[in-house]
Amino acid sequence: MNVIVMLMLVFLIICAVAVSMTKDLLTSVIIYMAYSMIMSVVWITMESPDLAITEAAVGAGVTTLLFFLALKKIHAIDARNEVRKAHAQEKLGGETEHEK
Amino acid sequence: MKSKMMNKLSEWLTDEASALEREMEASQERAADEDEAALTPAEIRWAQEEKEEEERIARRLNEWTDETGTKISRTLYSILCLVICLTLIVLLLYTVTELPSFGSPDHPINNEVSARYIEKGLQETGAVNIVTGMILDYRAFDTLGESSVLFTAAMVVLFLLRKDKESHKYSPLAKVMHDNPHSDTYYEPKNDIILQKTAFVLVPIVLLTGVYVVLNGHLSPGGGFSGGAIMGAGLILYVIAFGFAKMRRFFTYKTYQFVVLIALLTYACSKCYSFFTGANHIPSVIPLGTPGAILSSGLILVLNICVGFVVTCTMYCFYAVFRKGEL
Repeated sequence: MNVIVMLMLVFLIICAVAVSMTKDLLTSVIIYMAYSMIMSVVWITMESPDLAITEAAVGAGVTTLLFFLALKKIHAIDARNEVRKAHAQEKLGGETEHEK
Repeated sequence: MKSKMMNKLSEWLTDEASALEREMEASQERAADEDEAALTPAEIRWAQEEKEEEERIARRLNEWTDETGTKISRTLYSILCLVICLTLIVLLLYTVTELPSFGSPDHPINNEVSARYIEKGLQETGAVNIVTGMILDYRAFDTLGESSVLFTAAMVVLFLLRKDKESHKYSPLAKVMHDNPHSDTYYEPKNDIILQKTAFVLVPIVLLTGVYVVLNGHLSPGGGFSGGAIMGAGLILYVIAFGFAKMRRFFTYKTYQFVVLIALLTYACSKCYSFFTGANHIPSVIPLGTPGAILSSGLILVLNICVGFVVTCTMYCFYAVFRKGEL
């Protein structure tokens, strides 16, 4: 049991560092969600199930959704898709440009 | 009449301006001619060399700032980052080692307040779940403040993000929605079959879990806030899968206003009653019931339901206003 808790705490630290290190906003939001999920399990091991339920519902659920919506509002997700499209076009060797 | 006068005025003004320009050009040319005539060839060469020297120095300065300058500032930046981060880490770790260990008996939180809660909580509040007994009976005034904070946050989001009749003139997203009133899914894929089938199974389960958590707040873990958040997540899942048109059949802006108003008023009135009786040492007429039964613990069940309604509506309101600008 103790080993699992230690593993989860290490995972939390890794997540917390990774959130601030990733350049992509969408990825960091998803890592934040993983952090919240593990955190709710940690709350259960600390015998506070009330907090665990709230953390799972608010931290992992609603907050992540609101972050997604905010990213959509500032076109962070659309811009990401466009970057991907540009990369794909480079790999295809500009064939898609001719089709246009 | 007016426009004719304006035209004339503007013509006259442009004429004047062009005349002035011509005069200035002519004077400049004259001055240049005079200068060249006055300078000897040696002087001209000297001036040119001076100019080249200046350019060379400027180029070298630019190169220096581009290469060495950025290198220095980057190293400084990373060194400062490292120093500040390491200082913070050392300070925080030092603080953590000073904290009493988790669950130790001589922890400062184990004082007479928590002893009183644990010993007399069940007897005084009738709630088996001691956490709910604490936050909805001993500290119910705080919880009313929390609900009001949520309500205020929802109001501010509505102020800032809600669409009005004029907003399609300024916002491109609002314009798209104004032009196609039935496609609220300009930025979302619609009729996703996988999402719809998943939501068809999940939404009732999620909503029932939320209702269970709210109603059993005084018996099992959970309570108004967590149950409300679960129900709000269920509503959000429903609206993502099936769209706003179906949602509006049972949840509109008016429903939101009505539900939140009634819930907050009920909360405030019931709490006023218990404050009044408590402060005047009048015995409350609301029975506490047998601990463990669903209809027990006095007002806590009512307060839980009120908080649950407020949180559910607020979560859904956040989502809808963020996504579409209206409920």
